[in-house]
Amino acid sequence: MDDVTAALLVKDLEFSYPDGHRALAGVDLRVEPGERVAVLGPNGAGKTTLVLHLNGVLTGTRGQVEVAGVPVRKRTLKEIRRRVGVVFQDPDDQLFMPTVAEDVAFGPRNFGVPEADVPARVREALSAVGMEAHADRSPMHLSGGQRRRVALATVLACDPDILVLDEPSSNLEPLARRELAELLLGLGRTMLMVSHDLPYALQLCPRSVLIDRGVVVADRPTRDLLADRDLLAAHRLELPWGFRLD
Amino acid sequence: MSATVLHRPGDSPVHRLPPEVKVVGAFAAVLCVVATPREAFWAFGLHLVVLLAVWAVVRVPLGWYARRALIEVPFVLLAFVLPFTGGAPRTDVLGVSVSVDGALAGWNILAKGTLGVLVSLTLAATTHPRDLVVGLQRLRAPRLLTTIASLMLRYAEVIAAEARRMRTARVCRGHDPRFLWQAAATARGIGVLFLRSYERGERVHLAMLARGWTGAMPVPPSPGAGPWRWLAGVTPALVTALVCGTALWTT
Repeated sequence: MDDVTAALLVKDLEFSYPDGHRALAGVDLRVEPGERVAVLGPNGAGKTTLVLHLNGVLTGTRGQVEVAGVPVRKRTLKEIRRRVGVVFQDPDDQLFMPTVAEDVAFGPRNFGVPEADVPARVREALSAVGMEAHADRSPMHLSGGQRRRVALATVLACDPDILVLDEPSSNLEPLARRELAELLLGLGRTMLMVSHDLPYALQLCPRSVLIDRGVVVADRPTRDLLADRDLLAAHRLELPWGFRLD
Repeated sequence: MSATVLHRPGDSPVHRLPPEVKVVGAFAAVLCVVATPREAFWAFGLHLVVLLAVWAVVRVPLGWYARRALIEVPFVLLAFVLPFTGGAPRTDVLGVSVSVDGALAGWNILAKGTLGVLVSLTLAATTHPRDLVVGLQRLRAPRLLTTIASLMLRYAEVIAAEARRMRTARVCRGHDPRFLWQAAATARGIGVLFLRSYERGERVHLAMLARGWTGAMPVPPSPGAGPWRWLAGVTPALVTALVCGTALWTT
């Protein structure tokens, strides 16, 4: 396995917040190119903290993160942030420009895409999420599902190697949820999805990693992991009422 | 392009001017109005004629400006008080004793304030807030200021919507503040809103960093306004400057 460069490699990653709370206590994770992996865990398990390490927004007190063989360091930050596209949980945190098109253009301009190519990037990204008709609207005037898709477009426009999604299904109506799932499956990109939504993880990710108290406690095919009711119960997770996989 | 409280979308030649030209024109016009000596009454009349000429091109109803100019009312009240509170020399107008200096000071505030507000409203009516920020960026205004303005434009609506939701939630639980001493819950709500906005600011910053933010907002390219559009845009300001200069010369 090691002879192929991993899309993402996390080695013994530790991180403590300034108040002393130890959010990551030695995380190990390897994601191969093209894989879709769900990161599951209860509230406060360290999932979002892990996400913020993948693009160098936070830096571990110990351990290492590599993206496609490039270690996350201060001098590689720009390259890392282009390679790792993070879609945050609340689209209102992500969409801050006055129009959809300007927001989608924000990333490519920061990453030095030639100005002549920016409109094409914006068009392609918006068309990939089916939002090209809304390019000149304010993100504020879009529905929750539309905002989520635009947030995804803002990251796709940067052409990332790996897509990291933080709770992509939260606050979405069932139809928007399904549309987003179909969209994500159609992208064919390496994907890491942080979620509480276990059926969504099963639908999108063949493999799941369970994190609790800052360490990986299980790493299995999603179906096997979700069928282990005792394991889920031990880490404050459970399938929604009416679901059974065992 | 959508309307806002101060912006009135349109297709007039003034609407179509590049925003940086309009910002410079409006700023210069306001400076000239302020620099006009208060005794040169005729000059203020000419300034108003220039403004009316611009309005004729803009084709925005006068009532639209009038309603928004009400923001000036507190200053107008002050302007009307000054003639009665000013010192000597005094003169009689319709049997009422008024201070000459006070009357001139009141006129000064009224004329310059009103013209300043009307020029600003004309700029706002013909330029979308987003384009105003773009104009300031092209004029090389400090990046920090344009970034703050641009974020403020985006998040003012988000925060206002959040405040409305919080108020609705309070009202649904029987909150009905009618007197000042019952406003504690509203005050706490404002405090919570501040904290939430602060936290949101941190999350927005993280999301910006994740997309390669380095501290400067990328500026969309502009083809440049060109000398003729600059000339057309600042002509009203040039006439105002001419009037101001003549007034300074002759007063």
